[in-house]
Amino acid sequence: MSESQQETGPSTQFEELPDAPPKRKIRLSWPGKIGVSVLIFWAIIVAIGPMIAPYHEADILDEELFIVPGSDEMYPDTDFQPPSKIVLLGSDYLGRDTLSRILFGARTTIGISFLATLLAYLIGVTLGIAAAVGSKALDMSLSRVNDALLSIPSIMFALVLIAALDSPGIFWLIIIAGFIYAASVFRIARSLGQEVIVSDFVEAAKVRGEGLWWIITREVLPNIAMPLATDFGLRFVWVILFISSLSFLGLGVQPPMSDWGSMVKENLSGLVYGSVAPLMPALAIATLTISVNMIVDDISAATGGKLAKRMIS
Amino acid sequence: MLWRAILGRFGISLVTLWVVSILIFIGTNLLPGDVAQIILGQMATPESTAALRAKLGLDKPPIQQYLVWLQNVAMGDLGISKAGLGAGLGTPIVEMLGPRVYNTARLTLLVAGIAIPVSLFLGLIAAMHPGTRLDRSITFATLNLISVPDFLVATALVLIFAVGLGWLPSIVFLRGDETGWVLIKTLAMPILTLVILVSSQIIRMTRATVLNVMSSPYIEMAILKGVPRKRIILRHALFNAVGPIVNVIALNLAWLVGGVVVVEQIFSYPGLAKLMIEAVLMRDMPLVQACAMIFCATYIVLIFIADIASILSNPRLRHPK
Amino acid sequence: MSELLEVDNLRISARNDDDELTPIVKGVSFTVDRGEVVALIGESGSGKTTIALSSLGYTKPGLEFTGGEVRLEGEDVISMDSDQLRSLRGQRVAYLAQSAAATFNPALTIGEQVTETCVLHGILTQEEADARAETLYRALELPDPDRLGKRYPHQVSGGQLQRLMAATALCGKPDLLVLDEPTTALDVTTQIEVLKAFKSVIKQEGAAAIYVTHDLSVVAQIADHIVVLYAGEIQEYGTAEQVVEKPSHDYTRRLMHAVRPPPAAGQGDETSGEHRREAPALEVKDILAGYGRTQGGVPSITVLRDVNVAIERGHSVGIIGESGCGKSTLARVMAGLLPAAEGQVLLDGEQLKPALEQRKRDELQKIQFVFQMADTALNPRQRIDHILGRPLEFYLGLKGEEKRRRIGELLQMVELPQEFAGRYPEELSGGQKQRINLARALAASPEVLLCDEVISALDSIVGANVIQLLKRLRKKTGVSFVFISHDLSTVASFADEIVVLYAGRVVERGTTDAVLSPPYHPYTRLLISSVPELRVGWLEQTMQTQEAQAGIDRVVTLTEKGCPFFDRCPLAIEGTCDEETPPERKLTGNHVIECHRSEAEFAQ
Repeated sequence: MSESQQETGPSTQFEELPDAPPKRKIRLSWPGKIGVSVLIFWAIIVAIGPMIAPYHEADILDEELFIVPGSDEMYPDTDFQPPSKIVLLGSDYLGRDTLSRILFGARTTIGISFLATLLAYLIGVTLGIAAAVGSKALDMSLSRVNDALLSIPSIMFALVLIAALDSPGIFWLIIIAGFIYAASVFRIARSLGQEVIVSDFVEAAKVRGEGLWWIITREVLPNIAMPLATDFGLRFVWVILFISSLSFLGLGVQPPMSDWGSMVKENLSGLVYGSVAPLMPALAIATLTISVNMIVDDISAATGGKLAKRMIS
Repeated sequence: MLWRAILGRFGISLVTLWVVSILIFIGTNLLPGDVAQIILGQMATPESTAALRAKLGLDKPPIQQYLVWLQNVAMGDLGISKAGLGAGLGTPIVEMLGPRVYNTARLTLLVAGIAIPVSLFLGLIAAMHPGTRLDRSITFATLNLISVPDFLVATALVLIFAVGLGWLPSIVFLRGDETGWVLIKTLAMPILTLVILVSSQIIRMTRATVLNVMSSPYIEMAILKGVPRKRIILRHALFNAVGPIVNVIALNLAWLVGGVVVVEQIFSYPGLAKLMIEAVLMRDMPLVQACAMIFCATYIVLIFIADIASILSNPRLRHPK
Repeated sequence: MSELLEVDNLRISARNDDDELTPIVKGVSFTVDRGEVVALIGESGSGKTTIALSSLGYTKPGLEFTGGEVRLEGEDVISMDSDQLRSLRGQRVAYLAQSAAATFNPALTIGEQVTETCVLHGILTQEEADARAETLYRALELPDPDRLGKRYPHQVSGGQLQRLMAATALCGKPDLLVLDEPTTALDVTTQIEVLKAFKSVIKQEGAAAIYVTHDLSVVAQIADHIVVLYAGEIQEYGTAEQVVEKPSHDYTRRLMHAVRPPPAAGQGDETSGEHRREAPALEVKDILAGYGRTQGGVPSITVLRDVNVAIERGHSVGIIGESGCGKSTLARVMAGLLPAAEGQVLLDGEQLKPALEQRKRDELQKIQFVFQMADTALNPRQRIDHILGRPLEFYLGLKGEEKRRRIGELLQMVELPQEFAGRYPEELSGGQKQRINLARALAASPEVLLCDEVISALDSIVGANVIQLLKRLRKKTGVSFVFISHDLSTVASFADEIVVLYAGRVVERGTTDAVLSPPYHPYTRLLISSVPELRVGWLEQTMQTQEAQAGIDRVVTLTEKGCPFFDRCPLAIEGTCDEETPPERKLTGNHVIECHRSEAEFAQ
């Protein structure tokens, strides 16, 4: 401090005491750190999975590959083989390499879920903020319709739409998932927005005469970005589980594309032989979803669990 | 004041149910081509399609169709299914639903009966000893369980109990006359799966609710008044947590409504959800409508119960000024 | 007198996420004798509550004892096990928290919570405890004592809950009471009542007490010894007379200096210049405003009725009243945040549109609003230079170098260093944030500044500095001020004119001198007499006067007819005051009192 400032600045002897301890920073616990690594791992797989896969997703492996040297068995089984050097994670009901199908399927499962979550956010946040800052009538009507949408279990809603659309393709799958999850995004965006819109600093901007656009983009959005990002993580998990469940029921991604959920379904018959083919893709989903939840858990611990509470209710 | 709040909630539930019925009706009529065409298939002559259309009232405007449908549903007539078609006009849906509803209700009630006490116990134990090893393991395990897909839990259980240990059948085959031990063994796998899934949710939310109450100033005050720990939990905390916990349970039973879909499918359990999946695959729209309405109505009733629980637990409403 | 409690070189630290210890209390020693009240005084962060709680062997979560002893009759409470602690807290030491509203369990009856401890610890049977509770309710002057026990916390008022807290603490006849800021959240007229009840009950019961507060004037009324704390260390420790009348330590003197003198005539800033004939800078006429659905132009919850206020150019008008009287609503009406249902808002004699959205940008520029809580009034995601830069850009069209220079000038004006421009609000202390909040309003070069309780969230020394700053700014800029506060001494030290609001009506207005000297409106008189004076023995004197009788807190409602103060007024005329709207009595100058009584009658 220069001398001139010392004159005007607060006296050093009995400085004003800080009102509150400094905010806690987000610290990753060890499960959180593992979560981040797993997430990065899958992001890389989405990018280069098909390139590093030992086989193509649709390749039905040759019997010759499975011939044990020295054995006289010329036509060994290729389906539901246990993990070995040839098929690291075993083979599936048609004798395809499970690992390759998981590497290819990552793109489908994660890609579809990500796009659907993005769509849900686009719709949900836009309408949610509109309801928060808009007129009472707009808020009322949007919220009523939203409440009704939330009163339908998401899987039921999807079943009705899928039945009506007659085995829709990936495009419609994304639209359906995005539309259904937009309802819960709407709710959280609206409640976050409402909290900020009544805050004093927004009121200060209104008294200044700022327009709606300025208030939304400069005052409201920067203050709800962090909780929304966290919620995006959780929502992404739910969409993955949702899409996988649909595929598992045979109503999502259709063969011959490989998708983790439908891989579980296809290989379900292997369970009775003790095959791990249905388990592996399910585990792949689990690593992804558990990782995201571990990271979100660390973030909500840092924000005092406020965020978690809002998301439960 | 209390009754007004409850009546208000009841009104909202009715309105919601009505809006949901509209949404389902719109949803099932999205595509061109109607039920008559679906029922009769590609081979039908235009004349027979038109005749069926007239019989089903499909030649009337959509709003009138909706009203007729709504009236029929209200009277207990859920329409006719494509199933069993060939000779006549298909099977009345009400007849098909009976055994399926019974099976699903039996499954979910058994699950609720086991999951609620178990998860309340574990949730309270975790909340009473926050930060301990026990609490940390319970939170960690439940967080993992709610993160994974339902079918992972189901397949893992099959691999362990059916394939590995050989104790239980991997598929439910119900003849309808099972009793006692046989019935328990038959239903064990789907029940176990659903109990694990529902309990994880209830445990986490019970723990959060009780901890939330335990961190309130009046609990700190009770500690500072020298009130014994047991009384703090049983009288001061639980009294305030009961409403939220009932709310949590009702909401999770509502979740169960969606959860049975995957589980019934995996174990080939002949319940309502499996019937609905079959209907979707066969594009049997009246059946889809009927199943969806039953599920949604149950869901709305449970949410209504959850709301009532929160209203009843609010002392401001119970003891007005 | 013998020693009851000995605090000996007490040390308490906070443990953070990295397991590092930060000392909060750094070796504090003092004693409490039987039947004696010891006050712990300090600003936020001084460790006063932490020290007080240690006498119950308790630390808040995240804090831990790191040294020293707290001995109750020779026995160290810090080393007690949980059973011993329970009986200590149940039988010998009782705690009264700051916010009774939060510390009563909403689901249990008041009676159960008051009697719980002494019954559990076997001091009294349930019947005896109920009888004792009823005696205490009477002693604390609580209404309806025989049925109070069966009611629930939300069914009684805040001031009553605060007294019920005392009943809870006293029920088991403890040796030591720990009172943590028990009157801070209350209005002045309620505070005096509660203070009075506490003091007489403590005397009656012969209990010793530790009284925690930040308010020196309150301490002077109730304490025998005073411990002055700063940052976890004792600055001064002595008898009440000695500390209040002859403070020896520099920090104590600063605290004393920050206490504003009791409101009296002749304190306000000199009314600048003679009365000019031009239109007032800002004026509101016959305002009716409120919230909720409007029916026939009248809102369902009316907050303000028939309000007239004029702010002359360069003047500062103080608006005073208790919580819920509508003073903040009035500021919102002026700013256009809440359009009035009836009446006019005039700026420089020109009528303004009631709603903000309809006003022109240069009209908005001339009226600037300074919000109460600087914490929430500054966007946490914007840097200080953006916060100050926006109004410069928005109203004055300043850009680039010019804008930067002006931001520098503004920081200088509110006496903050230049490098604050690059910081975020959370990197600033409460007082610094409030200065930024002021600077943002000044950035618009306004004519009128609406200051809503700008210092009530600040510690006393910091608040006093902000008032000094406001005075200097007023001289420098010539801006007119509307200064809203619940604290009459603050208003008296800053305003030229005072408007007294009660239940949404103006009961008295005039120059500061006129309002603060007789004749008074009965409510103004109550307000003035309720402000604690920084001298020992003030409370006893005030308790004799008839005004104190009117202090009993009631639910204040805005009535459509009659005078709202009727049910508390010592001069009320039955049949007139409750039926007819009181007339405006114009006294000397522009001094107005709205009352049915005549000037001669006020003087009595």
